[in-house]
Amino acid sequence: MRRKQTDNTQESVRTSHLVSKLALVVVGMFGFGFALVPIYDVFCEITGLNGKTAGRATYDAAVVEVQEERLVTVQFTANNNAGMSWQFHPMVNQIQVHPGELTEVKFYARNPTGMTMIAQAVPSVVPFVAADYLHKTECFCFNQQTLAAGEAIEMPLLFYIDQAIPDGVSKLTLSYTLFDVTANFLNSSSNLSAK
Amino acid sequence: MATGHDDHHHGPAKGFTRWLYTTNHKDIGSMYLWFSFAMFLLGGTFALVIRAELFQPGLQFVEPEFFNQMTTMHGLVMVFGAVMPAFVGLANWMIPLMIGAPDMALPRMNNWSFWILPFAFAMLASTLFMEAGAPNFGWTFYAPLSTTYAPSTVTFFIFAIHIMGASSIMGSINIIATIQNLRAPGMTYMKMPLFVWTWLITAYLLIAVMPVLAGVVTMMLFDIHFGTSFFSAAGGGDPVLFQHVFWFFGHPEVYIMILPAFGVVSEIIPTFSRKKLFGYDSMVYATSSIAFLSFIVWAHHMFTTGMPLAGELFFMYATMLIAVPTGVKVFNWVTTMFKGSISFETPMLFSIAFVVLFTMGGFTGLMLAIAPADFQYHDTYFVVAHFHYVLVPGAVFSIMAAAYYWLPKWTGNMYDEALGKLHFWLSFVGINILFFPQHFLGLAGMPRRIPDYALQFADFNMVSTVGAFIFGFSQLLFLFIVVKTVLGGKKATAQVWEGAEGLEWTVPSPAPYHTFTTPPLVP
Repeated sequence: MRRKQTDNTQESVRTSHLVSKLALVVVGMFGFGFALVPIYDVFCEITGLNGKTAGRATYDAAVVEVQEERLVTVQFTANNNAGMSWQFHPMVNQIQVHPGELTEVKFYARNPTGMTMIAQAVPSVVPFVAADYLHKTECFCFNQQTLAAGEAIEMPLLFYIDQAIPDGVSKLTLSYTLFDVTANFLNSSSNLSAK
Repeated sequence: MATGHDDHHHGPAKGFTRWLYTTNHKDIGSMYLWFSFAMFLLGGTFALVIRAELFQPGLQFVEPEFFNQMTTMHGLVMVFGAVMPAFVGLANWMIPLMIGAPDMALPRMNNWSFWILPFAFAMLASTLFMEAGAPNFGWTFYAPLSTTYAPSTVTFFIFAIHIMGASSIMGSINIIATIQNLRAPGMTYMKMPLFVWTWLITAYLLIAVMPVLAGVVTMMLFDIHFGTSFFSAAGGGDPVLFQHVFWFFGHPEVYIMILPAFGVVSEIIPTFSRKKLFGYDSMVYATSSIAFLSFIVWAHHMFTTGMPLAGELFFMYATMLIAVPTGVKVFNWVTTMFKGSISFETPMLFSIAFVVLFTMGGFTGLMLAIAPADFQYHDTYFVVAHFHYVLVPGAVFSIMAAAYYWLPKWTGNMYDEALGKLHFWLSFVGINILFFPQHFLGLAGMPRRIPDYALQFADFNMVSTVGAFIFGFSQLLFLFIVVKTVLGGKKATAQVWEGAEGLEWTVPSPAPYHTFTTPPLVP
C-alpha cells in the first residue's frame, strides 16, 4: 500500500468510532421498537383511541354530583372471540343513567363444555371519545373468570358516567369480547397474577 | 489508469474458497448479485404458481392453503432476497469504485453479511418441505394470523428474518463507514455520484428500521413461545399494535427498495443524454426529504383500522407531501433528457421505462393516499397493481438497467445489444400486460390474496396471467445474456459509454481485482 501508515491508523480509528456510533443507533432502535409498546398504550389512554377504558376507578358518593337533568343511554354487547364456546351475554341490553350515578348491571356466563376453562373479557367503548368518561369501580374484566364444566355465573359490573362527558354523547356502547385463556395458564402458571 | 504493482498484490485465490473467504468488494458484490438473481427466479416461480392458479376462476392447480404459502413466500423472497441484496451487491461493486476507495471499510464483516444470507433463505425455504407448510400469513405477517393462528413453522420464519436483518444492518454500517471515511481526497459530499448519495441515505434508513423489524418478530416469538401478550387482546395486548410497529418498519422499507433505484437512473440518464444531471443539489435534498417523510406516514397502510379522523387526515396529508420531492426527481430526470442527444441503449431503455412506469405507480399511490377513497381500494388488486408498478418496473427495472450499464465494467465484455433490447421489450410489454389489468380488477372490487374469484373478474385475470408468463420467461433471456457476456463478447473500453462520467470509468474494463490502492485525484 502506498497510503502512509499514519493515514491508515487514523482511518481505522475514525472507522471504529463511526461503527460504534452506528451500532449504538442499532441497539437504540431495537429498544425503540419495544418502547413503542408502552408508548402506544399511553397514547391510546390519553386520547381514548381504540375505545380503551382505564383500570379500576373509585366512587365517592359524597364528592360525585349526580346530574339529574341529563340522561345517557348505555348499551351492552357481549361477543365470544373465535373458538370460545361459552354462553356470554349481558342481562340487560341497555339502560339509561344520569351522569355521576353509580349503576350495577350483570353479565351472564356459562361454561357448557366438559372441562374447566379460564376466560378473560376485554372491554371496548364506542364512540372512542366516550371511553375516558366511563369509570368502572368493579368489573369482571379486572380478573380472569374460571368456570368448572357446566358452571354458570352472574358477573357484576359497577360503573358511572363522568359528569364531564361531552354534551354530544347521549348514547354509548360498552362491548366485551370473551377470550379463552385456559391454554396460557396451562403453559405458564406465573401469568395468573398478570393484568 | 494504472493500478498498484506492489509485490504483495495478488489476484483472487483459486477454487471455491476464493468465494468463501473473500473480503474483496468486487467478489462480494458479484455474490450478492448472483444470489439475488437466484432469489428473483425462486420468487418468480412462486409468482407464476399464483398466476397459474388465477388464470381461471375455480381451483385448478393448488389448494387455498398452499396458495397462501405462495403469496407469503413470493413477497418475502422478492423483498428480502431479490431486491435488497441486489442493491447491496451494486453498492459493494460500485461505491468503492465511485468514490475512489480501495475496498469497503469493513471487508471481513462484508464477507459475513453476505454469507449468512443463504442460510437465512435456506431456512425460510425449508419450511416448504415441512408438514406444517410454509408461512401462510402474507409477507406483512399481521398478528394474530402470524401468532395465534400461525403454522408451527413460523419460528423458522422469525429466525430467518432475524438473520436477514442482521445481514442488512451489517451491510449498511459497512456502506456508511465506507462513504463517510474512505472517499478519495477532493471527493466532497456534494461531488459524490447520486448512486452513492441515495445509498448513504438508504443505509441510514436501514439501520433505523431493521432493528424495529427485529423487535417486532422478537415480540411474536415471545407471544408464541413464552406466553407474553404483546399482540393478544386476551392478555391485555393489541393486534393493532402489531400493525403500527410493523409499518413503522415497513414504510421506510419500501423507500429502502426505491431510493437506490433513484440513484441508478440518476447515473444512467445523464450518460445516455450526454448532459449533466439537471438539479444535482435538489436531487440530494429531495432524497433526504423522502427519507424523512417515510417515518411519519406509516399509518396510511392502516386507514381502515378505525383511526380517528385527525389521524387519518394527518397521515393522508403527510403521504401526499411525498409526491412533492418525488415530483422534483421526475422533473429533473425529464429535464436532463430534454434537448439531450439521447441514444437508446438497453440501460437507457430500462431507465426511461423506469421513469414512466414508476411515475404511474406513484400516481396510484396518491390515489391510495386519499383516506376516504382508500376504504374502497383497501386490500384489493388495486393495491397489488400499485406496489408492483413501483417495485417491478421501478426497483427491478433499475437493477436490470444497472446490470446492463455496468456489466462491461464488471466483465470487460460488451453484452449483446440486440438481445438486451429484446429482453427489454419483452419485459416492458410483459409487465404492462401483467399488472395493468390488475388496476381494473381492484377498482371492480377483487380482493387480494384469494385463490378463487367471482366470474366477472375472469377476463382480466387471464390477460394478467399471460403477461406474467411473458415477463417471467423473458428473465431466462436475461440470464442467458449475462452468462454470454461473462464468457466473452466484444471487448469493452475503460470508458465503455461515450457520455459516462465518474471515477468508475477511469479504471480498465474489466475492473482489476484491486483498484484505487492509491487514492485518485478528484478534480
